[in-house]
Amino acid sequence: MRFNKFLVLFSIISFMMFLGSSSSFAKKPLKIGSFLAVTGPASFLGDPELKTLQMYIEEINAKGGVDGHKIEFVHYDTKGKAKEAKNFVNRLIKKDRVDVIIGGTTSGNTLAVIDIVQRAKVPFISLAGSIKIVEPVKKWVFKTPHTDKMAAQKIFEDMKKRGITKIALITGNGGFDKSGRAQCLALAPKYGIKIVADEQYNNSDTDMTTQLTKIRATDAQAILNFGFGKAPAIVAKNAKQLGIKLPIYESHGVASKKFIELAGDAANGIRLPAAALIVADQLPDTDPQKSVLLSYKKKFEAKYGPVSTFGGHAYDALFIVVNAVKRAGVIDRAKIRDEIEKTKGFVGTGGVFNMSPTDHLGLGLDAFKMIEIQNGKWKLLY
Amino acid sequence: MKRLLGFYIFSFITLVLPILFPDNYYVTVVGLTVLINISLAVSLNLLMGYAGQISLGHAAFFGLGAYSSAIFTIKYGFSPWTAITFGLLIVFLLSYILSRPILKLKGHYLAMATLGLGIIVHIFFVQADEITGGPDGISGLPTLSIFGFPIDTDLKWYFVFALFMLITVLLSLNIADSRAGRALSAVHGSEIAAQMMGIDTAKVKSRIFVFSALIACIAGSLFAHQQNFVSPESFSFFFSIELVTMVVLGGLGSTFGAVVGAFILSILPELLIVFEDFEVLIFGAILMVIMIFLPEGLFVAIKNKIAYLAFKRYQKEVANATS
Repeated sequence: MRFNKFLVLFSIISFMMFLGSSSSFAKKPLKIGSFLAVTGPASFLGDPELKTLQMYIEEINAKGGVDGHKIEFVHYDTKGKAKEAKNFVNRLIKKDRVDVIIGGTTSGNTLAVIDIVQRAKVPFISLAGSIKIVEPVKKWVFKTPHTDKMAAQKIFEDMKKRGITKIALITGNGGFDKSGRAQCLALAPKYGIKIVADEQYNNSDTDMTTQLTKIRATDAQAILNFGFGKAPAIVAKNAKQLGIKLPIYESHGVASKKFIELAGDAANGIRLPAAALIVADQLPDTDPQKSVLLSYKKKFEAKYGPVSTFGGHAYDALFIVVNAVKRAGVIDRAKIRDEIEKTKGFVGTGGVFNMSPTDHLGLGLDAFKMIEIQNGKWKLLY
Repeated sequence: MKRLLGFYIFSFITLVLPILFPDNYYVTVVGLTVLINISLAVSLNLLMGYAGQISLGHAAFFGLGAYSSAIFTIKYGFSPWTAITFGLLIVFLLSYILSRPILKLKGHYLAMATLGLGIIVHIFFVQADEITGGPDGISGLPTLSIFGFPIDTDLKWYFVFALFMLITVLLSLNIADSRAGRALSAVHGSEIAAQMMGIDTAKVKSRIFVFSALIACIAGSLFAHQQNFVSPESFSFFFSIELVTMVVLGGLGSTFGAVVGAFILSILPELLIVFEDFEVLIFGAILMVIMIFLPEGLFVAIKNKIAYLAFKRYQKEVANATS
């Protein structure tokens, strides 16, 4: 009898030990935090980003996670407000205690949180455009989208080829516009291009004829409109209404189907630099990006509808992190950061990423394609 | 002692919380926002609650403090404390010059004028990008030190903010119970009557306007140093409205009303985040319910109710004793 009791106790203890040990077989989860502008004025950026992240994280988890580490995804919607972004990043770091942060849809949102992630030492991949995010290099901050500087360079190269030397610049009052304008002003002299007009509008304006009339009075050979959202479509439309025949250049900020829809006929002939995603099927088969792009496009379109390049940036960020975790072998903020920095030859939707301690973006100018809108469709030029 | 009993209890709770929970997200992270919002709401309440002068531009002074700290330390290399002094000087001059003409207006007109002030300052932050960094703002403010003691952790910032907030509350309580406070109440009640009693109403109003602006300015400087970053968005018209809501929600004309209002409005969004998409709806519904059923403000309504019950009880006791 006494022996029996002992046996029962023993078996219970051993059973519990078994339970304890089996639960430690399941690996520690990889916690990815994100803060995106899913609603608000920048929702056309944040919405595809979130959908992309959710879709791929679900897929990775269904396949058993990253080396057995399931991904735990925490997301907050910043509505595009820098103040909210700051609060949420604090929350991600101090309450949810995430291992990696992907997010910061707009440059404003990203720049607002850089100090926080730097101090907390959390690897952070931004999905915003401004060059200021990675120049100067910040230890814990990376980004995947092409910079405004690259866009300006690509545009100026194309202008040079066409023999354009005098241009009119027209930009909005948002963060993206202002940063882009500064890059254009700084780079133009290097390409022998003179900016003969520098007009500005409010992003909420519904008519830009005043600025365009002023531009018409100058001897500009082309118009460069650095902006995003609906304003560039209005610029294109107004220019057509005023009978301005100058070639128009847009930034990569308008690389979504929405722009063509809004601008209608006026969109034809407009050139812009953009990621290869929107012209994926026109790429030569030898292009290493083609298969990645087509598979992303297929998956996204099967589930949600037309792709935009912005969701692609989230895809790139997520897989840079996943690959870094695989190489690191452990869930550790510092080790994941080191491995992100060592990303080499990663073929993403934005281009082929080669990061280094002095380059936290890792994209070359060839990652941008020059595109012209013809008959309401994107046409790859080179 | 009895007059400030509430204040002592409040200070005790504020200062003990971080000692008990030094690593709690709600205390040392959300707590910072709560503390700064309390200071701002209390300073706005001086103007709105006591003097009855509505201001929809309070965020402007808060922003001017923050931006002076950022600009003078980063662009011109001044020490943080010199920058704060410059900020105070700018805000003092601006608010003093503006106070007389602006405070001559009443009701909607005063609201319009202060609203305009707030929007003009915000446009300046966004558009003057050579000075203010434009919509991206300015980052990388130096660490603030007090007597050579660097304030570099959330916990240290909590104590700095708490101290500043408690001083603001104490000043506000003392002003309310002073001659100046009674003059303000008189102005609130009826300006003509106040003038009849020999109160220089223009002076009284202008003084409290400047004082309240200066508190907001210091709060802005501290906020900028704590965040290490300023951008125009934190000081927009909507933040002014939020501050007004805090004061009204807690109860106009009561210092602790402003405290309660600021506390609720800062902490609610954090708690409601679990509802995700419905967050804003629930937030709005809570505000509506409070304002419909307790129009005099949450804190004031509860205080009055308690006072009423105590009075009833006293009446009963008197009745029992006499019969």
